[in-house]
Amino acid sequence: MTVVLAAEALSKRFLKDERYLVALEEFNLAVEGGSFVVILGRSGCGKSTFLNMAAGLTKPTSGRVLFNGQPKLGPSQEIGYLTQSDSLMPWRTVRRNVEMPLELRGIGRKERSLTAGRLIDRVGLSGFEHHYPRELSGGMRRRASLARMLIADPQLLLLDEPFGALDAQLRQALQRQLLELWKSTGSTIVFVTHDIEEAILLADRVVVLASRGRVVLDRMVELERPRDLEQPAMAVRVAEYRHELTVALREAAAA
Amino acid sequence: MTAIRNFMTGSKHSPSAAAASTPVSFPANRSWWARHGRTVMIAFWRVVLFVVVMAAWQFTAGRLVDKLFISCPSDVAQRLAKWTGNGVLWANARITVEETVLGYVIGAAVGVVLGFVLALLDTLGRIAEPFMIALYSIPKVAVAPLFIIWFGIDVRMKVLLAAATVFFLVFLNTLSGVRAIEAELVNAGRLMDANKRQLLIKVIVPGSLAGVITGLRVAVPYALLGAVVGELVASNRGLGYLILSSASAFDPAGVFAALVVVTVIAMVLNLVVNLFDRHVTRWRPPARESV
Repeated sequence: MTVVLAAEALSKRFLKDERYLVALEEFNLAVEGGSFVVILGRSGCGKSTFLNMAAGLTKPTSGRVLFNGQPKLGPSQEIGYLTQSDSLMPWRTVRRNVEMPLELRGIGRKERSLTAGRLIDRVGLSGFEHHYPRELSGGMRRRASLARMLIADPQLLLLDEPFGALDAQLRQALQRQLLELWKSTGSTIVFVTHDIEEAILLADRVVVLASRGRVVLDRMVELERPRDLEQPAMAVRVAEYRHELTVALREAAAA
Repeated sequence: MTAIRNFMTGSKHSPSAAAASTPVSFPANRSWWARHGRTVMIAFWRVVLFVVVMAAWQFTAGRLVDKLFISCPSDVAQRLAKWTGNGVLWANARITVEETVLGYVIGAAVGVVLGFVLALLDTLGRIAEPFMIALYSIPKVAVAPLFIIWFGIDVRMKVLLAAATVFFLVFLNTLSGVRAIEAELVNAGRLMDANKRQLLIKVIVPGSLAGVITGLRVAVPYALLGAVVGELVASNRGLGYLILSSASAFDPAGVFAALVVVTVIAMVLNLVVNLFDRHVTRWRPPARESV
């Protein structure tokens, strides 16, 4: 397997009130092509800082990010990044938001509108193409953001607690859709969460982080897919993973 | 590379569970009164309020307060009719409107452009800001004499006085509008690989439009103010001149008639700006009912 995304001795600090705040220190991670990696950690462990640098939004203080072996210098459409906060353009309708990446690439009105229409349909927002973001619920906005990210055909998806603010049913539906998408496209996913259940359900591999991005646990999740955490045949092993991750998170908090 | 899109746009082999939680919408079919009743009622009471105030004015004048001070609606109406007939109204109103509009356009254009430039060149903007605020704080009436020295007493002086007033309001609101753009939106643009020009046109300009329009909107009456103040200070034409000359002739009906015209002009200008505002910012929640 080839490494799609690599962090090499990645460090990031921020200046705040004349003090340097270390968010990430000598962080190393290699993500293999086609894998589903879940980064598990409490808030403030440097997860989002890492994703920001992986996406090319911010520059590391030291160390580097490699994307397909090349140093990552700035954002590109090959990497899709779903940030924690909403970032739909409030002055654009759902369809105009979704088609924006194609618009920036210079693709014609007709083609991008057609493609956007299909993606909107796929995320279940048909009939809301002409609504503005403020007219949608939080879950619908999330789905519109997802469609906007996917329209660019990214090879690598970075997802920062993408379903955190949604209700349980919707979260499950979107998790299923994400898995389907991943299975059928061979894209690579780095998924950040603080939810242990979500990590077990989705991951090939879970990386548990303590503060400043210290890796507490890096472990494969060897459960066959599709996974149903409630299923009796799986329950024992799920419980073992749950226990292991809980202990790791506890250790991370104590450190 | 197109695998993801093909998947996402492929046949609906799995009805998406997410779709189940999509709200349903259907026509409301409300009655005419249910849709417009409140609007009609508000309009009705506005008319009532206007009529009551006018009646009170008419009744008070000459009975409780000397007409020399407050004139009365019928005298003012007569004066307006007379001025309309002999062309005085149109000749003077035209001058004032020209000064106002020209001053507004110049001040607003320079304000918007400089506002964007100094907001984007952040360090330069921070250096210039206190000076701009200091200049903004000077009452424009106080600099009118200086403007007379620089530009004489003709129309040009009033246009520039109006422009100077408008400029600062538009400039400062544009500056804060651009600065107030959420970093998330700019980042989203960058993540889509927008270049500098695209970022400006597709994210920063539309994102700061709310601030720009606030500036454009509040500046409208100030353009008129600048023009009228300029006329009050030195002129022989315009509504400001009409007010001043009527007052010095102890002619309150003339003063009020000129003020009515100024008010009407201000309201028309506001209406134009509101229509523009509504057109370009439909995506925002509707602003509270205002004139």
